[in-house]
Amino acid sequence: MTGVAVLTVVLVLMPLVAIFGYLLYRGVGAIDWAFLTQTPKPVGESGGGMANAIVGSALMLGIASVVGVPFGVGAGIYLAEFGRNRLGSAVRFTSDVLNGVPSIVIGIVAFAILVMGRHFSALAGGLALAIMMVPTIARTTEEMLLLVPQALREAAYGLGIPRWRTTLSITLRTATSGVITGIMLAFARVAGETAPLLFTALGNQFWSLHYDQPTAALPLQIYVYALSPYDDWHRQAWAGALVLIILIVSAVAAVRYVVRHGSFGAA
Amino acid sequence: MPGPQPVEETKVTAVPVQAAGLLKHASGGEVPDRIFKSAMTLCGLAILGVLVLIVYELIAGSRLSWHAFGFKFFAASDWDPVNEQFGALPFIYGTLVSSCLSLIIAVPLAVGVAVFTTEMCPKALRGPLSFFVELLAAIPSVIYGLWAIFVLIPILSRFVQPVLTKTLGWTPLFSGPFFGYSMLAAGIILAIMIVPIISSITREVLMVVPQHQREGVLALGATRWEMIRVGVLRNARAGIVGGIILGLGRALGETMAVTMVIGNRPEIAKSLFAPGYTMASVLANEFSEATGNVYVSALVEIGLALFVVTIVVNALAQLLVWTVTRGQPARGHA
Repeated sequence: MTGVAVLTVVLVLMPLVAIFGYLLYRGVGAIDWAFLTQTPKPVGESGGGMANAIVGSALMLGIASVVGVPFGVGAGIYLAEFGRNRLGSAVRFTSDVLNGVPSIVIGIVAFAILVMGRHFSALAGGLALAIMMVPTIARTTEEMLLLVPQALREAAYGLGIPRWRTTLSITLRTATSGVITGIMLAFARVAGETAPLLFTALGNQFWSLHYDQPTAALPLQIYVYALSPYDDWHRQAWAGALVLIILIVSAVAAVRYVVRHGSFGAA
Repeated sequence: MPGPQPVEETKVTAVPVQAAGLLKHASGGEVPDRIFKSAMTLCGLAILGVLVLIVYELIAGSRLSWHAFGFKFFAASDWDPVNEQFGALPFIYGTLVSSCLSLIIAVPLAVGVAVFTTEMCPKALRGPLSFFVELLAAIPSVIYGLWAIFVLIPILSRFVQPVLTKTLGWTPLFSGPFFGYSMLAAGIILAIMIVPIISSITREVLMVVPQHQREGVLALGATRWEMIRVGVLRNARAGIVGGIILGLGRALGETMAVTMVIGNRPEIAKSLFAPGYTMASVLANEFSEATGNVYVSALVEIGLALFVVTIVVNALAQLLVWTVTRGQPARGHA
């Protein structure tokens, strides 16, 4: 049986190695200064880069985090601390459902609400991403808060600490590493999302730092370039993929490091 | 990360209600408490609000198509934007087949990995291993698609397809010419994508199973495999099912990677070697280019159908988990 288990591990890690290996093989040579600092050249011309897409992605992820994290953690606190009733169950069920809603459907709805009659915009893209972050963060936050022993809460109540202080400084604090892990997972998932941006941010070949204008995003650019017939665009797609993966992996690794070495232990 | 640590049952003698109320008053926490509770509740309600908004927009958007085609929309298999004839069957078929295929491949692998990391591997290897599997989850789907186009499909057509044709070519599933862009490629890339979801949830659940449960089963003379089966997996069943369902949900709605490799042809083919089309990929490909109200409305209706399918899947999962745990929360303090 041990042999079978080892075999599954090998089978699962194989694609990981293959993907990262090929990404490095194609991507490292493809990233140059122009790629990081220039905007795309017109169709057919080689050269140029994805600087506008990198900045656009950062802008939209910023919007998504600013909106998504507080709502997500708040909803998680509600579920764990006040949600032992019918409304709580409804919210819990809803967020599970939302978690399963395909990102492309969220893109369509964001299009209908935020784009129709207005512009394609970074704001619409960011909000679509925020909607995707909230349920993930809420459910992981709830789970992590529930892992905190009840005795800790009771000890705090026993000291006369009000409930909100207990929740924020004792329960949430104890579960910080778990909650951050949830946020990180949501962020990593959303950072590479392409589908909800197709009809919201749309993409842009030029610089745009306005929240209400069509905005380029790294995943969108990779998608378009991957399906294009041009070799130079394929090269840039791999370069973009490598940049995106480096951003995501370093975010994941940084959070893991902070969680492991920070002042708060695991729950 | 929470490890499998024995948590001692704490029996706290109940504080008389009145005394507790007095304490609360004494600390002056009453009003801030209420504000805090309302703020948190508002965050919870926002989730409900978003769902209501999604449902409303999808229903409103698909009304036109619903009036034009009714239930026939889901039974017809012609997709002809020029003549405004729309049937969603090929997309529904493609979504179901690619997702099932991916589950068949992914579930044994994912559970195996989770069991290995929690029960078998040396402690020093545990962290790195789970980190690597988590990395798989962090790869964006567009990169999976990119990789599948340039690496997976060539591998499939050079090495895998000849073997499959030779051994299983007599079944309709593996008959006919291999197009590269195919249901098979989509199923495999989906499987790679959902393994980390299923295995990380399974791993978490396995780690929550108390250590003394393992020790107890071992003490009864069980082998390690029996211990894992009886002492660990059986206790963690609900959580594992939850993980699988989450994986299924992702597979059903996965858009980019599938769109890039499935071939995007609205036909129902028995063979996994043939190209297909999924509900999500037709939206990705055609929504921004759709002209005419009926066309757009038909696409929104596909979105609505996709949405309903995911709700049904999730509800089923909840029901399953509920019956397995007999109404008890799987873990929790209440």
